[in-house]
Amino acid sequence: MTIPVSITVNGRRYDREVEPRLLLVHFIRDVIGLTGTKVGCDTSQCGSCTVLLDGVSAKACTCLAVQADGASVTTIEGLADDSELHPLQESFWNKHGLQCGYCTPGMIMASHELLRCNSDPSAEEIRHGLEGNMCRCTGYQNIVRSVRDAAETMQGGTS
Amino acid sequence: MFAPQFDYYRASSVAEAAALLEQHPDAKVLAGGHSLIPVLKLRLAAPSALIDIGRIDGMRGIREEAGQIVIGALTTHSELAASATLQSGATALSEAAGMIGDPAVRNRGTIGGNVAHADPASDLPAVLRCLGAEFAIAGSSGTRTVGAADFFEGLMTTAVEEHEILTAISIPSGSGGQGSAYAKFSHPASRYAVIGAAASVTVADGVCSAASVALGGLVPAPVRATAVEDALAGKALSADAIADAARCVGDSLADDEVLGDVYASAEYRSAVAHVWVSRALTAAAARCG
Repeated sequence: MTIPVSITVNGRRYDREVEPRLLLVHFIRDVIGLTGTKVGCDTSQCGSCTVLLDGVSAKACTCLAVQADGASVTTIEGLADDSELHPLQESFWNKHGLQCGYCTPGMIMASHELLRCNSDPSAEEIRHGLEGNMCRCTGYQNIVRSVRDAAETMQGGTS
Repeated sequence: MFAPQFDYYRASSVAEAAALLEQHPDAKVLAGGHSLIPVLKLRLAAPSALIDIGRIDGMRGIREEAGQIVIGALTTHSELAASATLQSGATALSEAAGMIGDPAVRNRGTIGGNVAHADPASDLPAVLRCLGAEFAIAGSSGTRTVGAADFFEGLMTTAVEEHEILTAISIPSGSGGQGSAYAKFSHPASRYAVIGAAASVTVADGVCSAASVALGGLVPAPVRATAVEDALAGKALSADAIADAARCVGDSLADDEVLGDVYASAEYRSAVAHVWVSRALTAAAARCG
Protein backbone atom coordinates (compact mmCIF):
# COMPACT_ATOMS: atom_id res chain seq x y z
CA MET A 1 0.00 0.00 0.00
CA THR A 2 1.14 3.52 -0.72
CA ILE A 3 -0.53 6.68 0.50
CA PRO A 4 -0.44 10.10 -1.16
CA VAL A 5 0.88 12.80 1.13
CA SER A 6 1.33 16.52 0.75
CA ILE A 7 3.90 17.90 3.15
CA THR A 8 5.21 21.44 3.09
CA VAL A 9 8.88 21.58 4.07
CA ASN A 10 10.54 24.96 4.54
CA GLY A 11 7.75 26.63 2.60
CA ARG A 12 7.86 24.31 -0.41
CA ARG A 13 5.12 21.73 -0.94
CA TYR A 14 6.04 18.14 -1.75
CA ASP A 15 3.38 15.75 -3.09
CA ARG A 16 4.59 12.16 -2.91
CA GLU A 17 3.31 8.58 -2.66
CA VAL A 18 4.82 6.93 0.40
CA GLU A 19 4.72 3.61 2.20
CA PRO A 20 2.78 3.98 5.46
CA ARG A 21 5.83 2.82 7.44
CA LEU A 22 8.07 5.60 6.06
CA LEU A 23 9.29 7.78 8.90
CA LEU A 24 9.12 11.56 8.57
CA VAL A 25 12.89 11.78 9.02
CA HIS A 26 13.41 9.49 6.00
CA PHE A 27 10.88 11.49 4.01
CA ILE A 28 12.92 14.60 4.75
CA ARG A 29 16.34 13.07 4.14
CA ASP A 30 15.79 10.42 1.47
CA VAL A 31 12.65 11.41 -0.43
CA ILE A 32 13.22 15.15 -0.73
CA GLY A 33 16.96 15.15 -0.07
CA LEU A 34 17.33 17.56 2.84
CA THR A 35 20.07 15.92 4.88
CA GLY A 36 20.56 18.58 7.54
CA THR A 37 18.18 16.64 9.80
CA LYS A 38 20.12 13.72 11.27
CA VAL A 39 19.27 10.22 12.45
CA GLY A 40 21.05 9.48 15.71
CA CYS A 41 19.60 6.96 18.15
CA ASP A 42 16.46 6.34 16.07
CA THR A 43 14.56 5.79 19.35
CA SER A 44 13.35 9.35 20.17
CA GLN A 45 15.98 9.86 22.85
CA CYS A 46 18.89 11.77 21.29
CA GLY A 47 17.07 14.58 19.49
CA SER A 48 19.27 14.66 16.36
CA CYS A 49 16.16 14.40 14.19
CA THR A 50 14.28 17.29 15.84
CA VAL A 51 12.24 19.42 13.41
CA LEU A 52 9.33 21.81 13.80
CA LEU A 53 6.00 20.21 12.89
CA ASP A 54 3.36 22.91 12.48
CA GLY A 55 5.60 25.20 14.50
CA VAL A 56 6.36 22.98 17.50
CA SER A 57 9.27 20.61 18.01
CA ALA A 58 8.91 16.94 17.15
CA LYS A 59 11.29 14.03 16.79
CA ALA A 60 11.05 13.04 13.15
CA CYS A 61 12.27 9.49 13.84
CA THR A 62 9.08 8.84 15.84
CA CYS A 63 6.57 10.25 13.40
CA LEU A 64 5.28 8.61 10.25
CA ALA A 65 5.30 10.66 7.07
CA VAL A 66 1.57 9.89 6.71
CA GLN A 67 0.98 11.54 10.10
CA ALA A 68 2.55 14.73 8.72
CA ASP A 69 0.28 14.78 5.67
CA GLY A 70 -0.95 18.34 5.27
CA ALA A 71 1.48 19.66 7.84
CA SER A 72 4.16 22.31 7.59
CA VAL A 73 7.66 21.17 8.56
CA THR A 74 10.65 23.39 9.27
CA THR A 75 14.12 21.85 9.20
CA ILE A 76 17.51 23.37 9.91
CA GLU A 77 17.74 24.33 6.21
CA GLY A 78 14.60 26.46 6.62
CA LEU A 79 15.73 28.61 9.53
CA ALA A 80 17.93 31.05 7.67
CA ASP A 81 16.31 33.92 5.81
CA ASP A 82 18.04 33.73 2.42
CA SER A 83 21.65 34.56 3.21
CA GLU A 84 20.96 35.81 6.74
CA LEU A 85 21.37 33.20 9.45
CA HIS A 86 18.78 32.82 12.19
CA PRO A 87 20.01 34.30 15.51
CA LEU A 88 20.31 30.77 16.91
CA GLN A 89 22.59 29.80 14.04
CA GLU A 90 24.65 32.98 14.52
CA SER A 91 24.97 32.29 18.23
CA PHE A 92 25.95 28.63 17.81
CA TRP A 93 28.64 29.91 15.44
CA ASN A 94 29.83 32.80 17.57
CA LYS A 95 29.85 30.90 20.88
CA HIS A 96 31.13 27.72 19.29
CA GLY A 97 28.10 25.71 20.38
CA LEU A 98 29.29 22.64 18.51
CA GLN A 99 32.17 20.26 18.29
CA CYS A 100 31.62 17.53 15.70
CA GLY A 101 28.35 19.16 14.66
CA TYR A 102 26.21 16.03 14.34
CA CYS A 103 23.75 17.01 17.07
CA THR A 104 23.71 20.67 16.03
CA PRO A 105 20.69 20.76 13.68
CA GLY A 106 18.52 19.01 16.27
CA MET A 107 20.01 21.07 19.05
CA ILE A 108 19.14 24.30 17.22
CA MET A 109 15.59 23.18 16.43
CA ALA A 110 15.06 22.16 20.08
CA SER A 111 16.47 25.53 21.12
CA HIS A 112 13.96 27.18 18.79
CA GLU A 113 11.18 25.38 20.71
CA LEU A 114 12.72 26.40 24.03
CA LEU A 115 12.79 30.09 23.06
CA ARG A 116 9.26 29.87 21.65
CA CYS A 117 8.06 28.76 25.09
CA ASN A 118 10.43 30.91 27.16
CA SER A 119 12.07 33.90 25.51
CA ASP A 120 14.39 34.63 28.43
CA PRO A 121 15.55 31.29 29.86
CA SER A 122 18.12 30.89 32.62
CA ALA A 123 21.05 28.52 32.11
CA GLU A 124 19.20 25.93 34.21
CA GLU A 125 16.04 26.35 32.14
CA ILE A 126 18.09 25.91 28.96
CA ARG A 127 19.54 22.66 30.29
CA HIS A 128 16.04 21.41 31.12
CA GLY A 129 14.66 22.58 27.80
CA LEU A 130 17.33 20.67 25.90
CA GLU A 131 17.00 17.49 27.98
CA GLY A 132 15.84 15.59 24.92
CA ASN A 133 18.97 16.36 22.93
CA MET A 134 22.32 14.70 23.41
CA CYS A 135 25.76 15.95 22.42
CA ARG A 136 28.11 12.97 22.54
CA CYS A 137 31.09 15.35 22.31
CA THR A 138 29.67 16.64 25.62
CA GLY A 139 29.90 20.22 24.41
CA TYR A 140 27.02 21.35 26.57
CA GLN A 141 28.66 24.41 28.16
CA ASN A 142 28.95 26.25 24.88
CA ILE A 143 25.55 25.06 23.72
CA VAL A 144 23.99 26.68 26.79
CA ARG A 145 26.01 29.85 26.16
CA SER A 146 24.86 29.87 22.54
CA VAL A 147 21.18 29.61 23.42
CA ARG A 148 21.54 32.31 26.07
CA ASP A 149 23.29 34.54 23.52
CA ALA A 150 20.55 33.94 20.96
CA ALA A 151 17.86 34.79 23.54
CA GLU A 152 19.57 38.11 24.24
CA THR A 153 19.90 38.87 20.53
CA MET A 154 16.28 38.03 19.82
CA GLN A 155 15.08 40.07 22.79
CA GLY A 156 17.13 42.97 21.50
CA GLY A 157 14.93 43.01 18.44
CA THR A 158 17.70 42.31 15.98
CA SER A 159 16.02 39.17 14.68
CA MET B 1 15.11 0.98 11.99
CA PHE B 2 12.20 0.18 9.76
CA ALA B 3 8.83 -1.06 10.92
CA PRO B 4 7.33 -4.09 9.23
CA GLN B 5 4.93 -3.21 6.42
CA PHE B 6 1.39 -2.33 7.37
CA ASP B 7 -1.65 -0.78 5.75
CA TYR B 8 -2.83 2.61 6.95
CA TYR B 9 -6.32 3.98 7.43
CA ARG B 10 -7.19 7.42 8.73
CA ALA B 11 -10.43 7.64 10.69
CA SER B 12 -12.37 10.90 10.78
CA SER B 13 -14.74 9.84 13.57
CA VAL B 14 -14.87 7.42 16.47
CA ALA B 15 -17.57 5.46 14.65
CA GLU B 16 -15.39 5.16 11.56
CA ALA B 17 -12.43 4.06 13.66
CA ALA B 18 -14.56 1.43 15.39
CA ALA B 19 -15.79 0.16 12.03
CA LEU B 20 -12.22 -0.03 10.71
CA LEU B 21 -11.18 -1.99 13.79
CA GLU B 22 -13.99 -4.49 13.13
CA GLN B 23 -12.73 -4.89 9.55
CA HIS B 24 -9.09 -5.26 10.59
CA PRO B 25 -9.06 -7.32 13.77
CA ASP B 26 -5.29 -7.25 14.29
CA ALA B 27 -4.90 -3.53 13.56
CA LYS B 28 -3.37 -1.17 16.10
CA VAL B 29 -4.66 2.31 16.91
CA LEU B 30 -2.28 5.19 16.17
CA ALA B 31 -2.53 8.57 17.91
CA GLY B 32 0.74 10.42 18.62
CA GLY B 33 2.73 7.30 17.94
CA HIS B 34 5.19 7.71 20.79
CA SER B 35 4.44 4.30 22.26
CA LEU B 36 3.41 2.47 19.09
CA ILE B 37 6.09 3.57 16.60
CA PRO B 38 9.00 2.43 18.84
CA VAL B 39 7.21 -0.92 19.33
CA LEU B 40 6.86 -1.30 15.55
CA LYS B 41 10.47 -0.27 14.87
CA LEU B 42 11.73 -2.77 17.42
CA ARG B 43 9.42 -5.33 15.78
CA LEU B 44 7.77 -6.19 19.07
CA ALA B 45 4.49 -6.00 17.15
CA ALA B 46 3.62 -6.47 13.49
CA PRO B 47 -0.01 -5.43 12.96
CA SER B 48 -1.44 -5.72 9.45
CA ALA B 49 -2.82 -2.19 9.66
CA LEU B 50 -2.77 1.03 11.66
CA ILE B 51 -5.94 3.01 12.28
CA ASP B 52 -4.91 6.66 12.68
CA ILE B 53 -7.28 8.42 15.08
CA GLY B 54 -5.02 11.45 15.45
CA ARG B 55 -7.30 13.83 13.52
CA ILE B 56 -10.67 12.95 15.02
CA ASP B 57 -12.46 16.14 16.05
CA GLY B 58 -13.59 16.41 19.65
CA MET B 59 -11.11 13.92 21.08
CA ARG B 60 -8.60 16.57 22.11
CA GLY B 61 -8.65 19.12 24.90
CA ILE B 62 -9.59 19.55 28.54
CA ARG B 63 -12.99 20.71 29.76
CA GLU B 64 -14.86 20.85 33.06
CA GLU B 65 -18.37 19.49 33.27
CA ALA B 66 -20.55 18.46 36.23
CA GLY B 67 -17.78 18.25 38.81
CA GLN B 68 -15.49 16.36 36.44
CA ILE B 69 -12.45 17.31 34.42
CA VAL B 70 -12.82 15.54 31.07
CA ILE B 71 -9.66 15.02 29.05
CA GLY B 72 -9.84 13.94 25.42
CA ALA B 73 -7.64 10.94 24.69
CA LEU B 74 -5.70 12.87 22.02
CA THR B 75 -4.61 15.59 24.45
CA THR B 76 -0.82 15.82 24.42
CA HIS B 77 1.45 15.74 27.45
CA SER B 78 2.45 19.35 26.69
CA GLU B 79 -1.21 20.36 26.83
CA LEU B 80 -1.71 18.49 30.13
CA ALA B 81 1.35 20.16 31.64
CA ALA B 82 0.26 23.65 30.52
CA SER B 83 -3.41 23.33 31.51
CA ALA B 84 -4.49 25.85 34.16
CA THR B 85 -7.52 23.63 34.86
CA LEU B 86 -5.28 20.69 35.73
CA GLN B 87 -2.66 22.77 37.51
CA SER B 88 -5.31 23.91 39.97
CA GLY B 89 -7.73 20.96 39.98
CA ALA B 90 -5.45 17.95 39.44
CA THR B 91 -1.93 19.19 40.09
CA ALA B 92 -0.39 15.72 40.16
CA LEU B 93 -1.51 15.07 36.59
CA SER B 94 -0.06 18.25 35.08
CA GLU B 95 3.08 17.76 37.16
CA ALA B 96 3.56 14.16 35.98
CA ALA B 97 2.86 15.06 32.35
CA GLY B 98 5.59 17.70 32.52
CA MET B 99 8.09 15.03 33.62
CA ILE B 100 7.50 12.70 30.66
CA GLY B 101 10.40 12.35 28.24
CA ASP B 102 11.38 15.76 26.89
CA PRO B 103 9.62 18.73 25.24
CA ALA B 104 9.49 17.25 21.73
CA VAL B 105 8.14 13.95 23.05
CA ARG B 106 5.54 15.80 25.13
CA ASN B 107 4.44 17.73 22.03
CA ARG B 108 3.45 14.48 20.26
CA GLY B 109 2.65 11.89 22.92
CA THR B 110 -0.98 11.67 24.05
CA ILE B 111 -2.62 10.71 27.35
CA GLY B 112 -4.80 8.13 25.62
CA GLY B 113 -1.90 6.45 23.86
CA ASN B 114 0.13 6.50 27.05
CA VAL B 115 -2.44 4.76 29.22
CA ALA B 116 -3.67 2.38 26.51
CA HIS B 117 -0.05 1.22 26.11
CA ALA B 118 0.12 0.79 29.92
CA ASP B 119 3.89 0.57 30.19
CA PRO B 120 4.62 -0.15 33.87
CA ALA B 121 7.38 2.47 33.83
CA SER B 122 5.01 5.15 32.56
CA ASP B 123 3.97 8.07 34.76
CA LEU B 124 0.31 8.74 34.08
CA PRO B 125 -1.22 5.38 35.11
CA ALA B 126 -0.24 5.83 38.78
CA VAL B 127 -1.55 9.40 38.80
CA LEU B 128 -4.86 8.41 37.24
CA ARG B 129 -5.20 5.53 39.72
CA CYS B 130 -4.52 7.97 42.56
CA LEU B 131 -7.03 10.53 41.31
CA GLY B 132 -9.81 7.98 40.73
CA ALA B 133 -10.03 8.45 36.98
CA GLU B 134 -12.69 6.93 34.79
CA PHE B 135 -12.01 5.82 31.23
CA ALA B 136 -14.51 6.13 28.36
CA ILE B 137 -14.08 3.28 25.90
CA ALA B 138 -15.93 3.23 22.57
CA GLY B 139 -16.67 0.32 20.30
CA SER B 140 -19.03 -0.36 17.43
CA SER B 141 -21.79 -1.21 19.94
CA GLY B 142 -21.46 1.97 22.01
CA THR B 143 -19.45 3.50 24.83
CA ARG B 144 -18.74 2.11 28.29
CA THR B 145 -16.95 3.56 31.30
CA VAL B 146 -14.34 1.75 33.38
CA GLY B 147 -12.78 2.91 36.66
CA ALA B 148 -9.02 3.07 37.13
CA ALA B 149 -8.98 0.03 39.44
CA ASP B 150 -10.35 -2.12 36.62
CA PHE B 151 -8.79 -0.30 33.66
CA PHE B 152 -5.18 -1.28 34.35
CA GLU B 153 -5.26 -5.08 34.30
CA GLY B 154 -1.57 -5.89 34.33
CA LEU B 155 1.69 -5.51 32.46
CA MET B 156 0.83 -3.54 29.31
CA THR B 157 -2.74 -4.79 29.51
CA THR B 158 -5.86 -2.69 29.91
CA ALA B 159 -9.62 -3.13 29.77
CA VAL B 160 -9.65 -1.77 26.19
CA GLU B 161 -10.57 -4.70 23.94
CA GLU B 162 -9.00 -5.11 20.50
CA HIS B 163 -12.01 -3.67 18.69
CA GLU B 164 -12.36 -0.69 21.06
CA ILE B 165 -10.86 2.80 21.39
CA LEU B 166 -10.16 4.82 24.51
CA THR B 167 -11.81 8.19 23.84
CA ALA B 168 -11.65 10.23 27.08
CA ILE B 169 -10.49 10.19 30.68
CA SER B 170 -12.43 11.90 33.48
CA ILE B 171 -11.22 12.80 36.94
CA PRO B 172 -13.17 14.41 39.77
CA SER B 173 -12.50 18.16 40.03
CA GLY B 174 -10.34 18.92 43.04
CA SER B 175 -12.25 20.14 46.07
CA GLY B 176 -11.34 22.69 48.75
CA GLY B 177 -8.60 21.55 51.10
CA GLN B 178 -7.32 19.01 48.60
CA GLY B 179 -3.84 18.89 47.14
CA SER B 180 -2.07 16.39 44.92
CA ALA B 181 1.47 15.77 43.73
CA TYR B 182 3.64 13.33 41.81
CA ALA B 183 7.18 12.38 42.79
CA LYS B 184 9.36 10.41 40.44
CA PHE B 185 12.58 8.50 40.65
CA SER B 186 13.60 8.83 36.99
CA HIS B 187 15.84 6.39 35.22
CA PRO B 188 18.81 8.64 34.42
CA ALA B 189 18.96 7.70 30.74
CA SER B 190 15.41 6.91 29.65
CA ARG B 191 13.54 9.20 32.07
CA TYR B 192 11.03 6.45 32.60
CA ALA B 193 9.86 5.97 36.18
CA VAL B 194 11.90 3.57 38.29
CA ILE B 195 9.42 4.53 40.99
CA GLY B 196 6.51 6.92 40.55
CA ALA B 197 4.42 7.99 43.53
CA ALA B 198 1.18 9.95 43.20
CA ALA B 199 -0.55 11.34 46.28
CA SER B 200 -3.75 13.24 46.89
CA VAL B 201 -4.72 14.41 50.36
CA THR B 202 -7.55 16.45 51.79
CA VAL B 203 -7.11 18.39 55.02
CA ALA B 204 -10.11 19.44 57.12
CA ASP B 205 -9.85 21.01 60.57
CA GLY B 206 -6.09 20.51 60.52
CA VAL B 207 -6.15 16.77 59.98
CA CYS B 208 -6.14 14.43 57.00
CA SER B 209 -9.73 13.60 56.11
CA ALA B 210 -8.99 11.72 52.87
CA ALA B 211 -5.86 10.31 51.26
CA SER B 212 -5.14 8.44 48.06
CA VAL B 213 -1.68 7.16 47.21
CA ALA B 214 -0.78 5.14 44.11
CA LEU B 215 2.50 3.72 42.89
CA GLY B 216 3.84 2.98 39.45
CA GLY B 217 7.18 2.11 37.94
CA LEU B 218 7.99 -0.76 40.27
CA VAL B 219 4.84 -2.82 39.72
CA PRO B 220 3.24 -4.30 36.56
CA ALA B 221 0.15 -2.10 36.92
CA PRO B 222 -0.45 0.85 39.26
CA VAL B 223 -1.44 -0.05 42.83
CA ARG B 224 -3.06 1.92 45.64
CA ALA B 225 -0.96 2.05 48.81
CA THR B 226 -3.93 1.57 51.11
CA ALA B 227 -1.72 0.88 54.14
CA VAL B 228 -0.22 4.38 53.74
CA GLU B 229 -3.66 5.92 53.27
CA ASP B 230 -5.00 4.24 56.40
CA ALA B 231 -2.01 5.36 58.44
CA LEU B 232 -2.69 9.01 57.55
CA ALA B 233 -6.39 9.02 58.44
CA GLY B 234 -7.17 11.62 61.08
CA LYS B 235 -3.56 12.71 61.49
CA ALA B 236 -2.11 16.20 61.17
CA LEU B 237 0.20 16.00 58.13
CA SER B 238 3.47 16.72 59.94
CA ALA B 239 6.78 15.60 58.48
CA ASP B 240 6.96 12.80 61.04
CA ALA B 241 3.39 11.63 60.39
CA ILE B 242 4.04 11.54 56.64
CA ALA B 243 7.35 9.70 57.03
CA ASP B 244 5.80 7.14 59.38
CA ALA B 245 2.84 6.53 57.08
CA ALA B 246 5.08 6.28 53.99
CA ARG B 247 7.03 3.46 55.67
CA CYS B 248 3.85 1.35 55.49
CA VAL B 249 4.12 1.26 51.68
CA GLY B 250 5.66 -2.21 51.70
CA ASP B 251 2.39 -3.62 53.06
CA SER B 252 0.76 -2.69 49.74
CA LEU B 253 3.48 -4.23 47.56
CA ALA B 254 3.33 -7.99 47.00
CA ASP B 255 6.95 -9.17 47.03
CA ASP B 256 6.55 -11.34 43.95
CA GLU B 257 5.09 -8.47 41.92
CA VAL B 258 7.82 -5.85 42.38
CA LEU B 259 9.78 -5.35 39.17
CA GLY B 260 13.56 -5.23 39.04
CA ASP B 261 16.14 -4.78 36.34
CA VAL B 262 19.88 -4.38 35.95
CA TYR B 263 19.65 -0.74 37.02
CA ALA B 264 17.41 -1.12 40.09
CA SER B 265 16.64 -4.48 41.68
CA ALA B 266 13.23 -5.31 43.10
CA GLU B 267 14.74 -5.31 46.60
CA TYR B 268 16.20 -1.85 46.09
CA ARG B 269 12.98 -0.42 44.70
CA SER B 270 10.99 -1.88 47.59
CA ALA B 271 13.46 -0.45 50.08
CA VAL B 272 13.39 3.12 48.76
CA ALA B 273 9.75 3.38 47.64
CA HIS B 274 8.79 5.04 50.91
CA VAL B 275 11.08 7.99 50.12
CA TRP B 276 9.12 8.82 46.97
CA VAL B 277 5.77 8.28 48.70
CA SER B 278 6.91 10.66 51.41
CA ARG B 279 7.99 13.30 48.87
CA ALA B 280 4.68 13.08 47.01
CA LEU B 281 2.71 13.33 50.25
CA THR B 282 4.77 16.27 51.49
CA ALA B 283 4.22 18.20 48.25
CA ALA B 284 0.51 17.31 48.17
CA ALA B 285 0.03 18.42 51.79
CA ALA B 286 1.70 21.76 51.01
CA ARG B 287 -0.87 22.31 48.26
CA CYS B 288 -3.95 21.81 50.42
CA GLY B 289 -5.50 25.26 50.17
